[in-house]
Amino acid sequence: METIQDIQGEIIEDFGMFDDWMQKYEYLIDLGKELAPIDKKHKTEDNLIKGCQSRVWLHAEHIDGKIIYTADSDAIMTKGIIAILISVLSGQTPASITDAKLDFINEIGLKEQLSPTRANGLVSMIKQMKIYALAYNN
Amino acid sequence: MLNISEIRKQFPILSRKVNKTDLVYFDNGATTQKPQTVIDAVNNYYKDENSNVHRGVHFLSGLATDKFEETRDAIQQFIGAKHKHEIIFTKGTTDAINLVANGFRSLLNKGDEVIISELEHHSNIVPWQMCCDFTGATLKVIPLLDDGSLDMITFKKLLSENTKLVSVAHVSNALGTINPIEEIISNAHKVGAKVMIDGAQAASHIPLDMQKLGADLYCFSAHKMYGPTGVGVLYGTDKMLNALPPYQGGGEMIKEVSFEKTTYACLPHKFEAGTPNIAGVIAFKNAIEFITGLGVENIAKYEDELLQYATAEILKIEGVKIYGTAKHKSGIISFNIEGLHPYDIGMIVDKMGVAIRTGHHCTQPIMNKFNVPGTARISVAVYNTKEEIDVCINAINKAKMMLS
Repeated sequence: METIQDIQGEIIEDFGMFDDWMQKYEYLIDLGKELAPIDKKHKTEDNLIKGCQSRVWLHAEHIDGKIIYTADSDAIMTKGIIAILISVLSGQTPASITDAKLDFINEIGLKEQLSPTRANGLVSMIKQMKIYALAYNN
Repeated sequence: MLNISEIRKQFPILSRKVNKTDLVYFDNGATTQKPQTVIDAVNNYYKDENSNVHRGVHFLSGLATDKFEETRDAIQQFIGAKHKHEIIFTKGTTDAINLVANGFRSLLNKGDEVIISELEHHSNIVPWQMCCDFTGATLKVIPLLDDGSLDMITFKKLLSENTKLVSVAHVSNALGTINPIEEIISNAHKVGAKVMIDGAQAASHIPLDMQKLGADLYCFSAHKMYGPTGVGVLYGTDKMLNALPPYQGGGEMIKEVSFEKTTYACLPHKFEAGTPNIAGVIAFKNAIEFITGLGVENIAKYEDELLQYATAEILKIEGVKIYGTAKHKSGIISFNIEGLHPYDIGMIVDKMGVAIRTGHHCTQPIMNKFNVPGTARISVAVYNTKEEIDVCINAINKAKMMLS
């Protein structure tokens, strides 16, 4: 299985190919469109992470020692970023998720999306992903 | 006729680049940019004039106090208040509403009613909910019609001898609706209710005359009218302000302090505890001079031209819906494009240097009314141009293409 670090490296490489913001955003939009849908029954108020701008639903399951995340958002760019986060963290063990340093966010120039001022729920989303991992780790 | 290119030259920020392109700033409803005279006044204060106001006997304290009070004079003139002491400096509109809502805690009783409207900013909702929770008074809400105007028939039915206060916005920050506040004031006064107007979105866009208008309380923020942040004004009639108890205790607001009994200073100092934002207040005068130099009527006329042009251009976008189509509107356009989330639009146009606002604009009840998570909002100021509207529309079309 690929480690979180390996996957982050690949993402950084993918984004390295883009010359400008537009290609980067188009890629995010594509990722957002391709994000595997969340099961309707998990799109609940309990699973909702509220941001000022867009809403994110996040569900986690513990299967064979690994955590499988599914998620959705009403904004496509947010969905694109979710897709990346899921590709990095989903299918990993709780311990490696709680310990993960998500350096790629800086590297691919998405830090601005994650600043609290963007208020898009992504900071809360990463926090929530780690909280699920922490819960299953115990 | 205003010379817009000359006006633009007074705003240094308008010539900066954002994301390597020219800044196109359409988030004026949130805050306007500042002309050089305002920036210089803040600078000069700290460089040349810094001293605390109303306290010292020394030269600088006198100078700072004089300049601070000159702004009060300028505001009195600007809004046509009868007395200078009817102008209270606050931190902003939110602070002003909280000052009043806090004061009404000692004026309201169980069974009393406060009326607000469905189009209020959260700042004109939450303080009244807190006030009603505290006093046992009931909060009533004037509903919105589909075009984003107030349902005045229902408003008149809501009024009764139990109504003690009506607090509504002059202009809706999310929809741009200009409310018929003259009619609201005269109807409310007929049942003996006081009226507070949240003028945050109106003060640099619509000519004001407090004596003619007859509102008991009116408030606005300097930063939405080309002035500094952290400064606002609460206007209240002499009678109304004297009826309200002090808000915060501290220096400046007292007459005499002893442990047995403290007596309060007269207006306006009664409501100005603590050292104020002196630099901000002083520079606010320059912002007022900027506005009066151009003439509020001229600004209103030009901004309406921009509004009409932008509205027509936005309506050309396929699948667009504008929220707020009332007959009387200020320069604010809230819209969505079918199938697209406003956040995605805002993110993409930002990369093209265009600053618009997306989200619920601190007006969640309006978003609920129209059943949308948020909108994209363009709000104009006097330095905006039709060319900028074209750039903005192109950016929106590009975003639409990328997202579809």
